Amino acid sequence: MMNELLSPELGHIALIIGSCLAVFQGVLPLAGSYTGRVRWMQMGRSLACGNLFFIFLAFLCLSNAFLSDDFTVRYVAQNSNTLLPIYFKFSAVWSAHEGSLLLWVLILSIWTAAVALLSNGLPLQFLSRTLAILGLISVGFGFFLLFTSNPFERTFPLPPIDGQDLNPLLQDIALILHPPLLYLGYVGLAVPFAFAISALLESRIDSAWANWSRPWTLASWCFLTVGIFLGSWWAYYELGWGGWWFWDPVENASLMPWLVSTALIHSLIAAEQRGVFRSWTVLLAIFAFSLSLLGTFLVRSGVLTSVHAFASDPERGMYILLFLSIVIGSSLTLFAIRGPVLMSASSYSGSSRETFLLINNLILTVAVAVVLLGTMYPLISDAFGLGKISVGPPYFNFFFVPLTFILLMFIPLAMRSSWGHVSVKILSSWLIQPFLLSFVVGLIGSSMLAHWVGETQNSFSALVTLMCVSWVFMMIFVDVKEKLKLSTFTKLPVRYYGMVLAHLGVAVTVLGAGLYASSGIQKDVKMGVGDYAYLGGHEFYFSDIKHDRMSNFLFTRAEIIVSREGREIVTLKPEKRLYFSSPQTMTEAAIDGGLLRDIYISLGEPLDNNYWAIRLHVKPFVRCIWLGGAMISLGGLLAVLDKRYRRRKIIKRDLENLSAQSVPEM
Amino acid sequence: MPVRFILFAPLMVFVAITILLWSALEREPGKLPSALIGKAFPEFSLTKLSSQNQYLSFSDLSGAMVLVNVWATWCYACKLEHPYLQKLASSGVKIIGINYKDNRKAAIAWLEKLGDPYLVTIFDKDGSLGLDLGVYGAPETYLIDAQGIILHRRVGVLDQKVWEREFSQYYADSGE
Repeated sequence: MMNELLSPELGHIALIIGSCLAVFQGVLPLAGSYTGRVRWMQMGRSLACGNLFFIFLAFLCLSNAFLSDDFTVRYVAQNSNTLLPIYFKFSAVWSAHEGSLLLWVLILSIWTAAVALLSNGLPLQFLSRTLAILGLISVGFGFFLLFTSNPFERTFPLPPIDGQDLNPLLQDIALILHPPLLYLGYVGLAVPFAFAISALLESRIDSAWANWSRPWTLASWCFLTVGIFLGSWWAYYELGWGGWWFWDPVENASLMPWLVSTALIHSLIAAEQRGVFRSWTVLLAIFAFSLSLLGTFLVRSGVLTSVHAFASDPERGMYILLFLSIVIGSSLTLFAIRGPVLMSASSYSGSSRETFLLINNLILTVAVAVVLLGTMYPLISDAFGLGKISVGPPYFNFFFVPLTFILLMFIPLAMRSSWGHVSVKILSSWLIQPFLLSFVVGLIGSSMLAHWVGETQNSFSALVTLMCVSWVFMMIFVDVKEKLKLSTFTKLPVRYYGMVLAHLGVAVTVLGAGLYASSGIQKDVKMGVGDYAYLGGHEFYFSDIKHDRMSNFLFTRAEIIVSREGREIVTLKPEKRLYFSSPQTMTEAAIDGGLLRDIYISLGEPLDNNYWAIRLHVKPFVRCIWLGGAMISLGGLLAVLDKRYRRRKIIKRDLENLSAQSVPEM
Repeated sequence: MPVRFILFAPLMVFVAITILLWSALEREPGKLPSALIGKAFPEFSLTKLSSQNQYLSFSDLSGAMVLVNVWATWCYACKLEHPYLQKLASSGVKIIGINYKDNRKAAIAWLEKLGDPYLVTIFDKDGSLGLDLGVYGAPETYLIDAQGIILHRRVGVLDQKVWEREFSQYYADSGE
C-alpha cells in the first residue's frame, strides 16, 4: 500500500509543487519588504515549511522506489540491484547525479526551514529577505532537477528485470554518510550567504548581523569538516592505496569552501567584536557559497575528468554555469555598489588579535587561490592554447604544506593576544622560551621515531612537524592554565573549550599528516607462502592463502603474521574480491590500527609460481589525521552550542572591557 | 575613486573565471574532434598495463592502421562496448587500448575476465595522454593511419552501426 501511494509520479508532482512554492518564497517576501506589505513578508516562513514538506515527500518517493526495487524507474535501474543489502539500497538514492541533486535540494529546504523556525529574534524585513534569497536558490536547483535531470523518469517499454548495481567501491558505510554530511556543509553555507546579501540590501553590516551569521556558519562548517574527514578516511581504508588525500578535483571542490568558511568564522568574530573587516567578511560569505556552487559545477559538468565524475553532461554544465553567473555575478555587483558603506572606522595596532586574525585570513585565502588555480589549471592552460595540463600533488604540496605550517604558528598567537594591542614584550615572552623547549621536544621525538621505524625517510620534516605541533600544544596549554587561574572550569564559556579543542585538533591533524609524509614507509614485495619480509622493524610472515565465496562476491584472502622483535603482534588478512555484478576487482586492505601506528597490508595481483605482489605499509601516527578531524568538528559543535547564540536579544557589550584579562571570544 | 574600483575587483575576477568555464564547456565534445583530425597522435611515454617496467611510446603505435580505444573499469559503457571490440579484433582489426585513470590491478583482472581484444594496452593512470588527446570520458575511439595521423574520432560506444557508418570506409580504402 505504501509502495503504491509513494509512486514516482507522486514524487514528480511533489517536486513540481515544492519548486513552485519556492518561486513564491523567492518573490513574495522580497516584494513585500520593498512595498511595506507585512503579510507578504510573513509568508516567507510558511512557504519555507511547505517547500520542505513537498521536497521531503519527493525524496521519500524516490527512496521508496529504491527500497521496493522499482526498476521501471530509469535512475533506480541504473544504480540499484535486488541483491543489494537494504541500507545500500537506501544510500544508492544519492549515489549518482539525479538523486544527489535531489538530496542537495532537500538539504537546502531543511536549512531554510531551520532559519524560518529558529530566527525569532531577527527583524521581519531582514528575515523575509533572507528567506527569499534562499527560496530563489532553491528555485534554481529545483528547475535544474526538473528540466535536465529528473530522477523519476520511467523506462518504457521494457523495464529491466534487475538493476545494474551500485559501484562496489561505493558500497561502504562511510559512503552512506559522506555525501549527506558534505552537502549539509556545502548547502548550509547558503545561510550566511543569504544573510550577507540581505544585509547588503539593507546596508546594515553591523555586529548584530555578524552575531546572527556566526552559529549558522559554524554549524555548516562543522558538517563540512566531518564530511571531508569521513571522505578521507574512506579513501584510506577502502581504496587500498594507503593514501589519505589525493588532490582529486572533487576533493578540492570540498576543500575550497572549507578553507573559505574557516576564514569566514574567524573574520565574523572580528566583525562582531570589533566592527573591523566588515566588507571583507561579506565578501568571504559570498565566496564561501560561490565555491560550493563552483564545486557543484566542476563535479557535475564534466569539464574536469575525475574518478568521481560518473555523470557528466555539457548541457547540465551549461545550466549550472548560467545559474552560477546569475547568483555570484549579482551578489558581487551588489557588493561593489554597496561596498563604500562598509568601510570600517575602528583602529587596531600592528600587533593585536585583529592583525593575527587578518593574517589567518590572508593565509587561508592564499591557500584557496592555490587550490583553485591548481584545480582549474587544465582549463586555463587549454584556454591559452597550451593543451590540457593537470598539475598533480607535487604542486599542491609545494604550496600547501608551508602555508599550513605558517598558519599553525599563528594559531596560538591569535588565541592569546588581546584585541586592540598586545605589546612586543609579551609576544616575545611567548615565543622564545616555548620555542627552545619545543625544539628539544622535536629533536627527542624525531630521533625516537627514527629509532622505532628504523629508517626515517625525512627526519627534517619530522623534526619541523614535531616542533611546530609541540609549540602549539604548549602555548594552548599555558593559555588554558592562565584562564583557569582567573576563572573556574565551569565559569569559562563552552565556546572557549570549543576553541581550544578545535585548535588542538588542527595541531593533531598536522601531526598525523606530517609524520605520515615524513616517517611513513611502504614497500612492494613479492611473496609466496612461507616467505618473510621486513619493513620498519617489523617482520611479515606469509602463512597461508585461501580462495572462497560469499553471497555476492568471490574472494582470495592471504594470511600474514606480523611480529616485532620476536613477539607476534597480529595476523592480518588482506583480501581481493571479485563481485559477481561487476568486473571490478576490489582490494580490501587489512589494517592493524592504533593511535601510535598503523600496519597496512594490501594484496596485489598474483604473479607466477604462486607468488603474490603485496604492498606493506608502516605508518606512525596516521590516525592522528582523523582524530584531529574529530576534535575540530567537536570543537565547532561546542561553539555552536554556546548559549550566547540562543539569546533572543543581543546584549550590548562594553568593548573597552575586552582586554587581555577577560575571557576571549572565539 | 580608487576604493570603488577595488570593490569591483572580485566581480572582475569572477567574470574572468566564468568566461574560462564557459569556453571550457564549449570546447568539450563539439570542437575537439575537428581540432585533432589530420594531426599526429601526441607523443607519450607510459608503461604497459601488464608490466610496470615496460615503457611504450608513439613509435609503438605507428606502422599500420590502428584503432586506439580509451577505456576504464569504472566505465559502464566500456563493458557494453567490449564484446564488439572482441569481434573486431578477431576479424583482424588492430586495436590498442588506453586504460584511462584506472587501477592497474583492476584493469588487468577486467581483461582476464572479459577477454583482451587489445594488441597492447597503455596504462594512463594520471590521464596525461588522455588530456593530450582531449579525452573527456570513456569510451572513446580514435582511428590512426600508418604514419600516426588521427583520421577519425568517436566519442561514446563503438558498435556495429557506428563501425559501418564511420569507420569501415577507411578500411575499405586502404584495402585491409
